[in-house]
Amino acid sequence: MAEGAVGSVLRDARLVAGKDLRLEWRTRVTVSQLLPFALLVLVLFAFALDPDRRILGEATPGLFWLAVLFSTLLAIQRAFAVETVDGVVDALRLSGLDPAGVFLGKAAGIALHLLVVEVALGVGVTVMYGTSPSGPLLLVATALAATAGLAAAGALYGVLAAGLRVRDTLLPILWLPVVAPLLIGATQAFAAAYEQASGSGWRWCGLLAAFASLYAAIGIFAFEPLLEES
Amino acid sequence: MDAVVRFRAAVCLLGRFPALAGVDLDVAPGEIVLLQGPNGAGKTTLLRACAGLVKVVDGDAEVLGVDLRADPRPVRPLVGLLGHATGLYDDLTVAENVRFWTRAGGAEEADARAAMGRLGLDGRLASVPVARLSAGQRRRTALAIVVARRPRLWLLDEPHAALDADGRDLVDALMADAVAAGATVLFASHELDRAEAVAHRSVLVAGGTATATPPVVPVG
Repeated sequence: MAEGAVGSVLRDARLVAGKDLRLEWRTRVTVSQLLPFALLVLVLFAFALDPDRRILGEATPGLFWLAVLFSTLLAIQRAFAVETVDGVVDALRLSGLDPAGVFLGKAAGIALHLLVVEVALGVGVTVMYGTSPSGPLLLVATALAATAGLAAAGALYGVLAAGLRVRDTLLPILWLPVVAPLLIGATQAFAAAYEQASGSGWRWCGLLAAFASLYAAIGIFAFEPLLEES
Repeated sequence: MDAVVRFRAAVCLLGRFPALAGVDLDVAPGEIVLLQGPNGAGKTTLLRACAGLVKVVDGDAEVLGVDLRADPRPVRPLVGLLGHATGLYDDLTVAENVRFWTRAGGAEEADARAAMGRLGLDGRLASVPVARLSAGQRRRTALAIVVARRPRLWLLDEPHAALDADGRDLVDALMADAVAAGATVLFASHELDRAEAVAHRSVLVAGGTATATPPVVPVG
């Protein structure tokens, strides 16, 4: 991709992400729905598993990322619901925005929402499950890599499902199996961060970064035909 | 000068139904052409085909020098389409919508401000979320975006619909201004008295075909 084209893609990505953040500022969906939902999942896990916190402590990494995964589904649905009403998809096609820029902008918007959710969940597991990480650097790196992967795969599958009448029910069926490797990797890396076994954790973190890169690359090239069909 | 729109036996399908069944149409630069015809005749499909949003599956179709059958995407940033849907984000304000779509098209912030002023959206309305607007105000906002983007070909589907008397006069003036600035206008309307007064000529669309009628007013 030429330097000018990259600049144009990044400009469009900033424009789309900025628009999505402005929509969030107006509607407060993350604060009023996504955060309460994610924290509610943590509470329900606590009810279901063990009130004495032993199992909860051991299962914290997996429970954390399951809560993130469920929250991501809501974030993806919200991100593309606003693009499918009143001819907005046609307006996007006519806009002159580079589809790769639209993809990166949508992914960035989803990622920012998720990072807010993850911070809240981090506080939540510390307070409710009584766990605290001993490898904060690995924890942050894992969160960033996994979030990038979730957002990239989410934006890709979000536009894939956007044009379908059954998108709300189809999206989880399509997307959850795809991000299963990410769930495993993020859980293992978090487990290492909580247990001071950071050596294997960094390998998992690398895998997450590779996953994110792969889906970012697929999205950059596949978003346009998917947008055409939506 | 090359035609802005040149369709020859153009066919477009909506599903398996031929919404356009062999359209011949020429639109010269600087013309204002009215598409008239009954509901379901294919006017909207013809406008959307000109915008590169509906595939032309047979015949020849060229808009602004772009071969729509080969790849319709290059024509999209060059046209401004006002359809039945407005393409606006309900939760953003009027100003935010106009600014976003204007910048998306590579135009300047000043173009957005000027267009909002022209459409009477620069006062209190600018900061009102689109969800709270009336149908006519939404229409004005969508029109402001078309104006701000300065397209070379205006494609307007029932542009007078939902507007008050002032708004309808404004639409006519905008079309005249666009042509004066070098653009071309193709629009569909059922309000024939008003539309024929502003159009240079009209084309009857019926049964998925188009038949040109003699010029109403010579192109100046």
